[in-house]
Amino acid sequence: MVPTNYYVILSAILFGLGVFAFIFKRNIITIFMSIELMLNAVNLAFVAFSQALGKLDGQVFVLFVIVVAAAEAAVGLGIIILIARNRQTLNVERVNLLKL
Amino acid sequence: MLEYLWIVPLLPLLGSAVNGLFGAKWPNKFVNGVAIGSTGLSFLCALEAVREFFESGQTLFHKEFFTWIAAGNFRAGFDLQMDQLTVVMVLVVTGVGWLIHIYATGYMAHEGGYYRFFSYLNLFMFFMLVLVLAANYVLLFVGWEGVGLSSYLLIGFYFLKKSAADAGKKAFIVNRIGDFGFMLGMFLLFKTFGTLDFVQLFAKADPWPAEAMGHLGTFTIACLLLFMGACGKSAQLPLYVWLPDAMEGPTPVSALIHAATMVTAGVYVVARSHILFAHAPTAMLAVAIVGCATAFFAATIGLVQTDIKKVLAYSTVSQLGYMFLACGVGAFSAGIFHLMTHAFFKALLFLAAGSVIHAMGGEQDMNGMGGLSKKIRWTYVTMLTATLAIAGFPPFAGFFSKDSILLSAFESEYGGRNVGYTLYAFGLATALLTAFYMFRLIFLTFHGKQRYDEHNVHVHESPKSMLAPLMILAVLSIVGGWLAAPAFLPGGADYFAKFLQPVFGGVEVAGVEAEARSLEITLAIVAVITALIGAAVAYWLYLKRPEKADGLAKSLKPAYTTLLNKYYVDELYAAAVVRPLLWISTVVLWKAADVAGIDGAVNGIADGARAIGDGVRHTQSGNTRSYAVWVVVGAIVIIAVIFFWPSAGKPILGLVR
Repeated sequence: MVPTNYYVILSAILFGLGVFAFIFKRNIITIFMSIELMLNAVNLAFVAFSQALGKLDGQVFVLFVIVVAAAEAAVGLGIIILIARNRQTLNVERVNLLKL
Repeated sequence: MLEYLWIVPLLPLLGSAVNGLFGAKWPNKFVNGVAIGSTGLSFLCALEAVREFFESGQTLFHKEFFTWIAAGNFRAGFDLQMDQLTVVMVLVVTGVGWLIHIYATGYMAHEGGYYRFFSYLNLFMFFMLVLVLAANYVLLFVGWEGVGLSSYLLIGFYFLKKSAADAGKKAFIVNRIGDFGFMLGMFLLFKTFGTLDFVQLFAKADPWPAEAMGHLGTFTIACLLLFMGACGKSAQLPLYVWLPDAMEGPTPVSALIHAATMVTAGVYVVARSHILFAHAPTAMLAVAIVGCATAFFAATIGLVQTDIKKVLAYSTVSQLGYMFLACGVGAFSAGIFHLMTHAFFKALLFLAAGSVIHAMGGEQDMNGMGGLSKKIRWTYVTMLTATLAIAGFPPFAGFFSKDSILLSAFESEYGGRNVGYTLYAFGLATALLTAFYMFRLIFLTFHGKQRYDEHNVHVHESPKSMLAPLMILAVLSIVGGWLAAPAFLPGGADYFAKFLQPVFGGVEVAGVEAEARSLEITLAIVAVITALIGAAVAYWLYLKRPEKADGLAKSLKPAYTTLLNKYYVDELYAAAVVRPLLWISTVVLWKAADVAGIDGAVNGIADGARAIGDGVRHTQSGNTRSYAVWVVVGAIVIIAVIFFWPSAGKPILGLVR
């Protein structure tokens, strides 16, 4: 039986990596993947606590998160494709129309 | 078959659906088979149903097939009924309709959209049968609107021609005005009696006392509203303007819809509601006056028209006026009888005119015809039969029906004797005009000098499929009237009025009293002499002295131009109704309300949002990554607050929960 805090620490590390990539990467697809990483880090924490507390609530939440993540992926990829088509770039630095 | 009465209207509907869905790829033969087969079967089924109806000896067959609308204590069902009035209507509709279908297979043979034409024509048959078989006002109204729809589709059959498409729209819109009144009438009847079923409604209405003349009670208002609908559908003043334009449709359509069946629906409704009308003498008088005025008015326009179909169109309006005159003076069976004989001879006139147009290769102007009697002998003979019938010569059908109408008008008690005499005088004058313009048509078309170029027009007799219906209708135009031969003739016994006695028995007396017989004979002789004068004048003006006709037109120029321009009624309506309506629609509704108001509001909100965004976006850096940093920093700050400052964190957690 792996102690719960191991899971939580792993989850925190993964989340931290996600945040790091989210802030410092330039490619929109990478940023998008880092969001998925953060979501899954949270999922890991959810199932870990669910196991530790002997309650199913956490697992149910994970299912919701997966569903929302799938929907978000569909919308997000759509936006990315539009950006790629209109601006011929995936560099997030170049997506700055609001500044004009 | 009586128990399965719904088959009668259903068959044409099936024919319409099959032809409409699959007919496009079929050869004409198949389309013919479906169209003629379905209507012919429907005719046979109707005959069998009528036979069973008489065999059972009942006066009213009524059956509820299914409930269509049920709301509270209101019920409108697909209920059909059959009584003597329905028998007449159903047989006329299916019989004449079937003949015209056969004719149309010959007439339309070289036209595009063949399957479409027959699909519409069958659809019309379905709705017309629903109209006459319906056992309540709601179902009747379904048929009523349905025939209006098919009429619209068929008038605009040549939809690439702008005038045809416009005529279709005109017919539909003018009919809407009448239908508005019809619906209000139905609502009023339902509000008063709580039912729209014929049997229940009339049973409830019958015991009420009749309203006094000049009193606008419930009955009078309801009847006038119903009559407004009838005016639209049956082309009476002031809503007749659509019928002459409806001649843009193919000729079989003019014969079936705009002469024999649909336009008589208004007369049928008035006759069907005779119990209500009997309670409202004011409405009766209005019906009689409108009918009589329309008869005379339309006949005068018919005098000078040169388009062969336009003459017949105005003649139809005029004859419909006769039918309403009969209903208005309480002679419902005479009105229905004229409806039937008119269906025969006017359908024949239109079909024969179609045969002439066919022979002339599409020419409709009588000034370009003349001397056709030898070239198309059968068409000539049948058309002459119909002309003699409509002009009222014995022993042709029109003589008997017109005669009984004039007699009823003469004896009318509604509004005093003088009103009756006036109605009679105008009716007789109309008979004179009718004889004149019909013989003018015959002489201009079939006699006199040939006014077309033989090298351009190959005049030829029509195919058998067109001539056979003409001959059958010609026979009916002669013998059809004998059903109502008055008692003073050998073998005559006012059979038709007695036949309808079970329906109209409550409001009229069948047959003529013995003491009125000499009057009846006198009036008949007067009518025949009048018709003879009309025919003789036409003969003199158009055959004997053709130059006199032009001279007369010149010397009476103002009157002649007024008639030629149909009293400028279309122009009057355009100035009084159409153009103001267009102006309001364009300037007020479209430009002011729609463009400035509604579009303005929507676009204004969008523009406002854009303007606000334009102003606010300068507060943003526009750098996507800095937003990401701020999101993370914000999350860290919130978590830090919750951890290190629990009392301040409480409201935040409260929000989360």
